[in-house]
Amino acid sequence: MRAFIYHRADSPVHAAAAAIQPGGKIIAGGTNLLDLMKLQVETPSSLIDINRLPLDKIEETPEGGLRIGALVRNSDLAADSRVRQHYGVLSRALLAGASAQLRNKATTGGNLLQRTRCYYFYDITKPCNKRKPGSVCAALAGFNRIHAILGTSEQCIATHPSDMAVAMRALDAKVETINDSGENKIIPIAELHRLPGKTPEIETSLSPGEIITAVTLPPPPPGVQLYRKVRDRASYAFALVSVAAIVDSARGRIRSARLAFGGLAPKPWRSPQAEQELVDAPANTTTFNAAAEAVLKDARGFGDNDFKIPLTRRTLHRVLDEMTRA
Amino acid sequence: MDEEKFHTRLDQIEVTRRTVIETGTTALLLTALPRAALAAAPLDDNQPPPPPVTVELQINGRPYSLALDPRTTLLDALREHLALTGPKKGCDHGQCGACTVLIEGRRINSCLTLAVMHDGQSITTIEGLADHESLHPMQSAFVEHDGFQCGYCTSGQICSAIGMLAESQLGMPSYVTENLNQPAVELTDAEIRERMSGNICRCAAYPNIVAAIKQAAGMST
Repeated sequence: MRAFIYHRADSPVHAAAAAIQPGGKIIAGGTNLLDLMKLQVETPSSLIDINRLPLDKIEETPEGGLRIGALVRNSDLAADSRVRQHYGVLSRALLAGASAQLRNKATTGGNLLQRTRCYYFYDITKPCNKRKPGSVCAALAGFNRIHAILGTSEQCIATHPSDMAVAMRALDAKVETINDSGENKIIPIAELHRLPGKTPEIETSLSPGEIITAVTLPPPPPGVQLYRKVRDRASYAFALVSVAAIVDSARGRIRSARLAFGGLAPKPWRSPQAEQELVDAPANTTTFNAAAEAVLKDARGFGDNDFKIPLTRRTLHRVLDEMTRA
Repeated sequence: MDEEKFHTRLDQIEVTRRTVIETGTTALLLTALPRAALAAAPLDDNQPPPPPVTVELQINGRPYSLALDPRTTLLDALREHLALTGPKKGCDHGQCGACTVLIEGRRINSCLTLAVMHDGQSITTIEGLADHESLHPMQSAFVEHDGFQCGYCTSGQICSAIGMLAESQLGMPSYVTENLNQPAVELTDAEIRERMSGNICRCAAYPNIVAAIKQAAGMST
């Protein structure tokens, strides 16, 4: 691990001011950052510990939603009675991620900002455009079984590893931030993560030093909620494909649906075209197939991960069938 | 010191296996490496070590004050600075659970957190579970049910299991909990296995670990 100077932030603005300095990095749970620092993928020269900031509350909003502090631990968020009752998809997604020990440490803000688990990103002896812009994407012609099939570029085919963020994408969450001047901003979660394009090293729309302070959930949408995660083992593994679905249906007819996917793309992936196929449609195989076709229209496999295309189709089919069965 | 001489010397004094591990290996390492390298190896460049940071920790009910390189993980602080070698370094990347300890009663991976982040907090390791000569019920249950083979993961398994029971008593759900809105959790085998998935056992003592946990939880096994 490279040497760094340790600071403890006493306010979000102080943290933002310290983090804007070159080499400055915020640490919250640290479960991903310290992992990367040990491998020297991350080499901050100063580490700003925000764990003592009062950002660990879950509050009800006047609109009937929830405001989740950036430091709320994944385990506490999953276990919150309001989340369990009204945002089951979020609770399930959180519980599908990592292990209990990691969820006790990992935070809401940190989970959103965790880095990809691409093998080549993790291995500093291999080229990676995310780590070293302008090198090459070793995954393109390498082992790419866990890699993305949607939203990729010639520079990067890494996936975003979060489960929580996929559920938040289906719930249209909003991310609240603060900068070193104390200015607050609200970023729709759809705009938080960026596709790689020619700049895979820029992963989010946050400015340097801009810090996540909370995530707000709008009032729960109508319908039933489900998070389905397909992975190599039954627990404690990243998604090959995951689906966060919210479906409002009655008597075999779908009124509306929201679908977000994990394991497929460099960001939590929403498919408005697929959702459109489901609006006011009969809950049958033809409809489910049309939705799957819409999700996968631009999908592209890179060899080892070709299987994700049929796997996504089947997983979505199964999820929709389960959710609309009376 | 070559290996033969090392063992000859050990033969001359009466030692437990633990003292051998603590005094033997640590002494050998200390002659070869500076303290900072032990705490945060590998040092790969010529940078001077950062100034030490003072950390106050309450460990197994006793207060400790340490001056640490800020890179020191909680696991390294426990093992290398306090000789609490119960928490094990398996993968050192949060994947195996052998380093599991309880912070303020909650289980975490001590390898993936810095000691300085826990200034003022209370930590329980496997060494702090027994009440003098009488084992913690979870320790006894692991012994009775043979919940281990090589034993390397055991201290992490036991600390994790204690944290897990506390979580389930608070009604915290897991991925396999069927109804998220039920206030109480029934600890089925599937629940225990899912909740313990952060602790890997290469010897695959899993059935016996599940049985031990059920006994400690007061369930029929």
